Amino acid sequence: MFERMFAPEVMEEAFAILAEEMPLALWETAYATILATLFAVILGLPLGVLLVAGERNGVLPLPGWLLKGINVVVNLLRSVPFLILMIMVIPLTRLIVGTMVGTVASIVPLVIAAFPFIARLVESSLREVDANIIEAAQSMGASPCQIILQVMLPESVPSLISNLTIAVTTILGYTAMSGIIGGGGLGKIAINYGYYRYKYLVMLFAVVLLVVLVQIFQSLGTRLAAGLDRRIKR
Amino acid sequence: MIEIRDLTKTFQTADGRVEALKNINLTIQDKDIYGVIGMSGAGKSTLVRCVNMLERPTSGTVVIDGQDMGSLGPAALREARRGITMIFQNFNLLMQRNCLSNIRFPLKLAGVKKEEAERRAMELLELVGLPDKAKAYPAQLSGGQQQRIAIARALATDPKILLCDEATSALDPKTTHSILELIQDINRRLGITVIVITHQMSVVEEICNRVAILDGGEVVEEGEVASVFSRPRSAAARRMVFPELEGDAVPKGAGVRTIQIVYRGAVAAMEPTITQMAIDEHITANIAYASTRAIGEKAYGTMLLTFPDDDETVRRAMAYLGRKEDVTVEEVSHV
Repeated sequence: MFERMFAPEVMEEAFAILAEEMPLALWETAYATILATLFAVILGLPLGVLLVAGERNGVLPLPGWLLKGINVVVNLLRSVPFLILMIMVIPLTRLIVGTMVGTVASIVPLVIAAFPFIARLVESSLREVDANIIEAAQSMGASPCQIILQVMLPESVPSLISNLTIAVTTILGYTAMSGIIGGGGLGKIAINYGYYRYKYLVMLFAVVLLVVLVQIFQSLGTRLAAGLDRRIKR
Repeated sequence: MIEIRDLTKTFQTADGRVEALKNINLTIQDKDIYGVIGMSGAGKSTLVRCVNMLERPTSGTVVIDGQDMGSLGPAALREARRGITMIFQNFNLLMQRNCLSNIRFPLKLAGVKKEEAERRAMELLELVGLPDKAKAYPAQLSGGQQQRIAIARALATDPKILLCDEATSALDPKTTHSILELIQDINRRLGITVIVITHQMSVVEEICNRVAILDGGEVVEEGEVASVFSRPRSAAARRMVFPELEGDAVPKGAGVRTIQIVYRGAVAAMEPTITQMAIDEHITANIAYASTRAIGEKAYGTMLLTFPDDDETVRRAMAYLGRKEDVTVEEVSHV
């Protein structure tokens, strides 16, 4: 299959396809990733906060059943493989977006898969905050909300950014998978051309672009996290 | 005034109930620098956290200037805590905020306007001697500097009481001294009552006027520093005052009896008591260990005396020494 992959006429054809399809595919991938991350953070961040603050000895203890409920939901959604989750939420997608195909429609399963993941990442970031610092804030007369908003979250910003970077790269991978059920973007190109039409070179390019995107997001995130961390002596 | 009455704190752990504090009764007057000293696990930290209700007492009350802390609702308690601030062993500064922002933080929590909070924070930086560190982050400071920032932060809301939880335990002796001087200065200049939790004798000696010795969750001795340290009546107090006597200092072996005397005051320290005992009672004692200390103007010290294993000799020696003014005697032989 590979011997003819780099033949001149194959290359020419591949570049023609890429020139036509890639700009839109890149845009769709970025669009789906960013919007899905945004919505997933909106849902996942407060949940992550509740998972830490809502513990019995947390700053904002929740009723036990509620905390357990949140944990169960998060675990449940986390344990369904994304490919299957995409198919399972089709009725919900139809309800929200009106259709089940296209980039916009793929955002629904992406958000549902990503927000429990983000909740867990936020949870682990917030657990890194020194309990003594929280106690110090309590001793100053800080309310639970003040502790969450002015101590726990600001103190864990570098870790939150690192974890958010992990989330973005994971969601980027999921957007590619959503190409299978009609989501747009680089994944769609890779699958449509590589899997259905045996144009491996196009697939290869799509994958290379995905790798480059992940690299860009990752190094941006790492740099941002380190740059914002005031614990590093400079 | 802080009145702690019948305070008990029990923790439920996996291995059962642990009584961290048992029936504590203490009165701390305004402008005292009150030391609470004890070994680790004695309950000191729990006790100090009961003062601002970071730990809820299992029973008993803490009354500050007539206000029962335990009866306050969440909002009233937060308000009260602005008047009872705290510094810690590990400073507990917000690591992602600069010094100015750390000091401003309690004012921000209290809803003070930013400009006013900033002005106050600059004043406090001046007070703790770090006016040039406003924009520095805690990670860029030494331990002593971090504690100074923590002290400035604790003073931001004009507290009446400052709780110091092992505030100098992570610092070297020289830095410890300078932080203690600062705390003493604050106490004198601003009239703030200070409670000092520590396991270090030297800290209490240096700045406290009164002290409570905590052992196994109980106050075993309480009073003026000079009188408690110069006449430690309980075993726990002697351990605190003469920590070097722990362990190997008491001679082991059959045929040896050891008594410990603790004396205070210049007269007791100067008088040739042991020689006099040899002349008066014909008892010769071997001095196994001796140490003298000064607290303020008073000298106090301890000796370990060994005798042959003879009940009558030991009894007579203890009676003789016990009659001396300002001397306490106890047998500490290994059995």
